[in-house]
Amino acid sequence: MTTTTVLSEKTPAHERRNPVAAFVRQREIPVAAALVALVLITFAINPLFLSPQSVKDLLLNATIMIILAVGQALVVITRNVDLSIGSIVGLVAFGTGSLFNIAPGMPIPLVFLIGIVFGGLLGAVNGLLVTLAKVPALVITLGTMYIYRGILSTWAGSKQYFSGDNPKEFGNLSVDTFFGFPIITIMAVVVVVVVAVILGFRRGGRDLYAIGSDPDAAKLFGIPTGRRVMAAFIACGALTGLAGILYASRYNSVGALTGSGLELDVVAAVVVGGVAIFGGSGTVVGAAIGAVLLSTITSSLTATRVDKFWQQAIVGVLILAAIVIDRVVSIRNTRKLRVKEARDV
Amino acid sequence: MATDPYTEPTNAGTPAPTPVLSLLGASKTFGPVVALADGTIQLVPGEIHALVGENGAGKSTLVKILAGVHQPDGGQFRVSGDDVSFRTPADSKAAGISVIYQEPTLFPDLTVAENIFIGRQPRGRAGLINRGEMRRQARELFARLGVPIDPDRVAEGLSIADQQIIEIAKAISLDAKVLVMDEPTAALSGVEVERLFGVARSLRERGAGILFISHRFEEVFALCDRITVMRDGRYISTHVTADVTVDEIVREMVGRNIDALFPKSEAAIGETVLKVEGLGRAGVFRDIDFEVKAGEIVALSGLVGAGRTEVARAVFGIDRYDQGTVTLDGKALKPHSPQAAIDAGIGFVPEDRRKQGLVMDLSVAKNATLTLRKSLATFGLINGRTERRVAEDWSKRLQVKTGSQDYAVSTLSGGNQQKVVIAKWLATEPRLLIVDEPTRGIDVGTKSEVHRLLSDLAGRGIAILMISSELPEVLGMADRVLVMHEGRITAQIDREAATAERVMHAATASVNLATEGTAS
Repeated sequence: MTTTTVLSEKTPAHERRNPVAAFVRQREIPVAAALVALVLITFAINPLFLSPQSVKDLLLNATIMIILAVGQALVVITRNVDLSIGSIVGLVAFGTGSLFNIAPGMPIPLVFLIGIVFGGLLGAVNGLLVTLAKVPALVITLGTMYIYRGILSTWAGSKQYFSGDNPKEFGNLSVDTFFGFPIITIMAVVVVVVVAVILGFRRGGRDLYAIGSDPDAAKLFGIPTGRRVMAAFIACGALTGLAGILYASRYNSVGALTGSGLELDVVAAVVVGGVAIFGGSGTVVGAAIGAVLLSTITSSLTATRVDKFWQQAIVGVLILAAIVIDRVVSIRNTRKLRVKEARDV
Repeated sequence: MATDPYTEPTNAGTPAPTPVLSLLGASKTFGPVVALADGTIQLVPGEIHALVGENGAGKSTLVKILAGVHQPDGGQFRVSGDDVSFRTPADSKAAGISVIYQEPTLFPDLTVAENIFIGRQPRGRAGLINRGEMRRQARELFARLGVPIDPDRVAEGLSIADQQIIEIAKAISLDAKVLVMDEPTAALSGVEVERLFGVARSLRERGAGILFISHRFEEVFALCDRITVMRDGRYISTHVTADVTVDEIVREMVGRNIDALFPKSEAAIGETVLKVEGLGRAGVFRDIDFEVKAGEIVALSGLVGAGRTEVARAVFGIDRYDQGTVTLDGKALKPHSPQAAIDAGIGFVPEDRRKQGLVMDLSVAKNATLTLRKSLATFGLINGRTERRVAEDWSKRLQVKTGSQDYAVSTLSGGNQQKVVIAKWLATEPRLLIVDEPTRGIDVGTKSEVHRLLSDLAGRGIAILMISSELPEVLGMADRVLVMHEGRITAQIDREAATAERVMHAATASVNLATEGTAS
């Protein structure tokens, strides 16, 4: 006991750290806890909820949302937002369908490449407009959301591609499993891990946080803000392109309306997952958990036979809760620090 | 502190070593505005060099050129003898120049360690950031600076002093040859200033060239080896500190004599306008009794935290009070209602004009007429032309220097901003004007204009209650000085009897001077 006393005397209070407390204070913990609670409660009401088939469906439903949320989180962290992703999903999904229609024998990896590059290009248009026009991304991407959708409507007209039109192997992608896990879910997890490592441990990734935290300071500091924001939009577009391909593989039909309205669900997932809407903090792991949480709510309400109408209300409450928790934590931290500083003086 | 061989030749006045930084005749214009006509500064290794000048003298533009934020239109720029031209702040940093801005530019969401190393974090395997190493280096830096800051905490909520220490740690870790500090002490307390100076001196001993920009002459003279003066965007002179006096420097800065600093004019003192009786608020102030008469300037003096601003805010109705009454022109004023105070004829010029006095993004005209929105409106709509006409009228009378009434008020200098705030209140034809620190952050030349303005207003019969921490201002302007200490008025001193010593005594030692003060 004596040694601890000496230690705490030598090191000021803020130098000591408790790994457990630090872990609990992570922003992702409340979301993850909510997800676990949701699954357990639903399971208690309806044990079929955790049957292998049901778990597989759960994961499959979440997969596309996860990938979209990771891309969106990259942009939101830089204090921007991309509202055009729903339209990008639609364009890429419909494009995939028509690609198989034109060239039925096209190798699947090539289709993926084309879709990702296509999404990346659409993201680059967003990024270019945002960094050059110096107009808030909210406005720019609201514009491109309608433009991309308009292009898709003109292109698709009333045409739809059905999953039966695609090669069988392509459709199987979202059915096949690897040790019980759907292959596309594994892809999503790989995406989360790779992006998480880049964001957490690459200089360029950390720059995104700096830019979102204080864009002016980032510029003064010599961070290439334009290039980094551009990169975030391109990455978001590319990931959205990936999601668009998976959408074509997973769902029965793609057409002019595919993906519309997705953007707000994804922004909601990102915010619920602890990514601050004003940038600078949050992780893609949190955003991914947020995506899983939101898509699980739907399944769980179905499983417990609650009216679907409640789903949106619950998502709304979750968003508000995420924001309130965020504010309370930050206010409490600031107050704690102020008290400590007053004591130090 | 040990003497450093490098500082000796500097003190002797002959900058023998190659200047680590040399800017000669740099110019910069923004459209029609010439921000810098002749920016000249030479820094030798191992010196602390002060750059002084009024606001608007071109110091900030010069700093931004050094930082690579602005590109000069002309002139010669050398670092360690080599010509340079920076296109971005990154170029400047790479050349070994670190700039600490007046407002620290940290990233609130990032940890302290990350703030120091952002963009050049130590890397380990696969080019990934080695956080342990980054933390260790940050700790080492803080140990060297002798400050206990946790490298793992986020920067949000750090005191300004700590933020500045982090900026300095950043500069040290960059191994900066040149450190530019733009008014680093503006928000620091005495102890923190000393700590900052200690760090600056040890950097000087290591051979860095430090450019120190400050409005506080005590600091300039205590810390710096040489002083460069700028005025109106031009280089004026460079002196070895030991060979000049404050008066000489001030004269060069303003281009005129300092006697003109506090113009005082006798005003006919009329009947009582404001009467405050037994005002009190638990834990903040108590037993506050005073009067302000028409044409009188009453200064509310005292140390920071004595409760002066709180009293003023209570009088104006922003804050509540528990006891006492406020009477204006014989009529009791409704407590806790700024609207009632405005209607009764009180104007309040707050201390923090950027946050509380002005809407920085609005035009000069809109700011100046903010208090008149109701009377300017016809059927609830404001007529832009009337608005501009009224604003123009006031700008002319107060000599606000602005290109157009439509410019955002944020583009004006501090002194002119203050005039807009005052104009805003004058437009309501107030009986009483409360001014809180009217010249804080305003340069010497404009200061005297603000003083002349206040003096004029008193001459026109407006009662003025002025809160000020600057003794010369209090002594020069006030007809009567009220001194507060720990929430009470400890002395009331008339103009003739007011000396710096008496005011300071009353502000620090409450007991023995209280009786003497009221007697005078």
